[in-house]
Amino acid sequence: MSTKYPEGANRMNMKWSRWKTVLTCAFLALAIVVCDARTASALPTGKVMAIPAFARKYGLPCSACHTAWPELNNFGQVFRDNGYQLMNDRDSPIWQNPSYFPISFRITPAWHRETANNQVFDGPGGANTAIGNVTQSGFDLSGMDLWSAGTIYKNISFVLLPSSDPTAVWHFESAFIRFDNLWHSPWLNVKFGRFELDNLISEKRFLFLSGNGGSYQIYHFTPPGDVNNFGFGDNQIGVELAGHSANSYTRYSVSVVSSNEGGVNFTTDVLPGAPPGNRTYDVNLAFSQAFNAPGPPGESGFGQERIGAFAYIGQRPTGYQTEGGGTTQLVGIDNKPFYRVGFAADLSYKNLELMPLFMYGHDNAYLGTAALGISSADPLPTGAQAPTFYGGFLEAHYYLNPQNVALARFEQINVGQQAFANSGNGSSSNGNITAYSFGYRWYPIMFSRGGVALDGEYSRVRTIGEVPLSGDGDGIVGNPNNAVWSSSIYFGIDFDF
Amino acid sequence: MTLKKYAVTFALGSVALLTAGATVSIAQSHVNSPDPLLGAPSVATETSNVAGVTGHAESGKHLYRRFCIGCHGPDGNGQGMNAQWIDPQPRDFTEATFKCRSTPTGTLPTDEDLYNAITRGFVTTNMPSWRPLNPQQRADLVAFIKTWSPRWAKEKPGAVLNIPPETPITIESILHGRELFQKLECWKCHGPEGHADGPSASTLTDSKGVPIKPFNFSTGERFMCGSTNRDLYRIFMTGLDGSPMPSFADVIQPNDAWDLVHFLRTLQVALPNQELTLWQTYKAAHGKDLKPIGPDSAGGAQ
Repeated sequence: MSTKYPEGANRMNMKWSRWKTVLTCAFLALAIVVCDARTASALPTGKVMAIPAFARKYGLPCSACHTAWPELNNFGQVFRDNGYQLMNDRDSPIWQNPSYFPISFRITPAWHRETANNQVFDGPGGANTAIGNVTQSGFDLSGMDLWSAGTIYKNISFVLLPSSDPTAVWHFESAFIRFDNLWHSPWLNVKFGRFELDNLISEKRFLFLSGNGGSYQIYHFTPPGDVNNFGFGDNQIGVELAGHSANSYTRYSVSVVSSNEGGVNFTTDVLPGAPPGNRTYDVNLAFSQAFNAPGPPGESGFGQERIGAFAYIGQRPTGYQTEGGGTTQLVGIDNKPFYRVGFAADLSYKNLELMPLFMYGHDNAYLGTAALGISSADPLPTGAQAPTFYGGFLEAHYYLNPQNVALARFEQINVGQQAFANSGNGSSSNGNITAYSFGYRWYPIMFSRGGVALDGEYSRVRTIGEVPLSGDGDGIVGNPNNAVWSSSIYFGIDFDF
Repeated sequence: MTLKKYAVTFALGSVALLTAGATVSIAQSHVNSPDPLLGAPSVATETSNVAGVTGHAESGKHLYRRFCIGCHGPDGNGQGMNAQWIDPQPRDFTEATFKCRSTPTGTLPTDEDLYNAITRGFVTTNMPSWRPLNPQQRADLVAFIKTWSPRWAKEKPGAVLNIPPETPITIESILHGRELFQKLECWKCHGPEGHADGPSASTLTDSKGVPIKPFNFSTGERFMCGSTNRDLYRIFMTGLDGSPMPSFADVIQPNDAWDLVHFLRTLQVALPNQELTLWQTYKAAHGKDLKPIGPDSAGGAQ
């Protein structure tokens, strides 16, 4: 089956692996040298015209609301929790300039290299006779965000985020209206539409962009063979009741969303052609509490620390009401439950930010066997069991200053219980994921009217017996007994106007 | 991929990186020096003390860069990159002149005054409330703000104004306050009805010569330096340094000052308050007997 490749291309060859490591590190080091952290710390005082929505409205620099955009700091969190209001007279929908229009653009031209090993492809022996690496590299574009948000009236605000993939296929990533400070209480705010779940560690606002590093693995993980399409990091559609203390140190939210993975038009996706959704609802609960960590005597404190917990209880269909003898699916039925629970934190030690997250996931056994065509009306086959998994990540940011941040993340996910004890490669570790990501972002332009970030990343993911979540490779694992290593090298210019 | 191909990829990536870096460096060379706060004074020793919290200027410097530099500027002179779009203009810390103080006019404010200003923000300006920053951070910022002017090294803050207990809210107190409003010519700026439309209103400028509007009582907005009667008392007894609003501490006695507070509250017609209710009741019965406020009431309004 496999084809012998030159030694130099064997990524398991220690010498070659060492060279790759050296070259990759050299590239990242070069990125840092080019960026020159000290020189880069310059905050231009000139008048550069660029106009992100809220910065233009309020005349504040990006760094007022973001630790490093798009990640929010507590000031930005309070602003967001108050319905995009600073709670002063500048909150009016139109302020200062009647031509003000709350729109921002964001896109990231990039060069990147994606590779995955243990992939099957055509070889000299015929179709799918070779196993090896699939690698692609070149210049590319990210998707584009056309972000609009603002106040419609006092305590009524909106977000509309049409977003495209790199080929300009558009969907509504977010679209909601929110009503804040109901009965003059910050504890009662309602959001209605499509939105990101109230995650303490947001995947929509995080700093990694590469193919493998650009998502939290556990936010999208399901055990092998499981038909559950839920992604904790994916925007959902429904209604959310949320509240917070005046400084947002204490926060809670309760969301009721359709059990269709944020799909629109009663389907399970925001893009046309998706399978129909079902008729049930999921619930997400989130709570977090922040506190100030005192520093040693004679020094200022370490910063704000936040800890929180979450739980998502949902259902997904295991079958469909059909017509035409089963050729057309009408509505998802035979719903079976699942849940995700966990805790997370956002911890500060001066310029170092640490963000740990732990999650446990549990799916009904029928969700793990539905792919085999087993109806929930049928008894479970022998050996079938509820798939479970657990794991999380630890992400670290080190802020040299507001314009330079170094990033690192380690992720580990273990399948606790396979749908079948012998599924996949027969190993209990089938589906496990280990991931490492490193990056550096430099914000040479961080005005109140626009922002540019240079983003360099390296991310490496090991998936046992399964295809990587990033989509790297061709989707066919060569040897299920071996891990699939997929990696990304990424350099992009992330700009926000 | 062979080592050769990998090296080519590395080279291409590096070229792209260098090109981008050079582009940004060129752009940057047009606009700035290396460190935006390079010109900031020494911050090693400056501290602040607010309610048991000691602020450190060194920590405040980092916070200033993150939160304040856009408006107040890298030199602390209120000429940040946003200043041209902001009305009123950001505070110039190098002058150490502050509107909201508990100290006599012309003197430095206390640390607590600066802390309260940061915490409260200034309504009708672009300065938001920075309450989301924790007390330590706000105290750190106070310490750093004090490094911008040498006055802080040479002078002590003025003595904190002693505010006596508020006198009872009576119609007599309001009427006397109305007389003072006429006599002290408050109406010339704030207008006879407190609409900020007095004859001098359009001519006012701040200490930098920038046009400035008097406070419009009728909107119901809170005052720049607070929202309570004590805050209002403090405002006209200390004055708003840097603005045309003078201190009346040497002109009126404490009881008179409270009377003026009570009358000023009646001008806040969009903000329900005890004084306004009392005044409206009185005015309904005796309105025709009242002399109008303004130039025609040189003998005193009654």
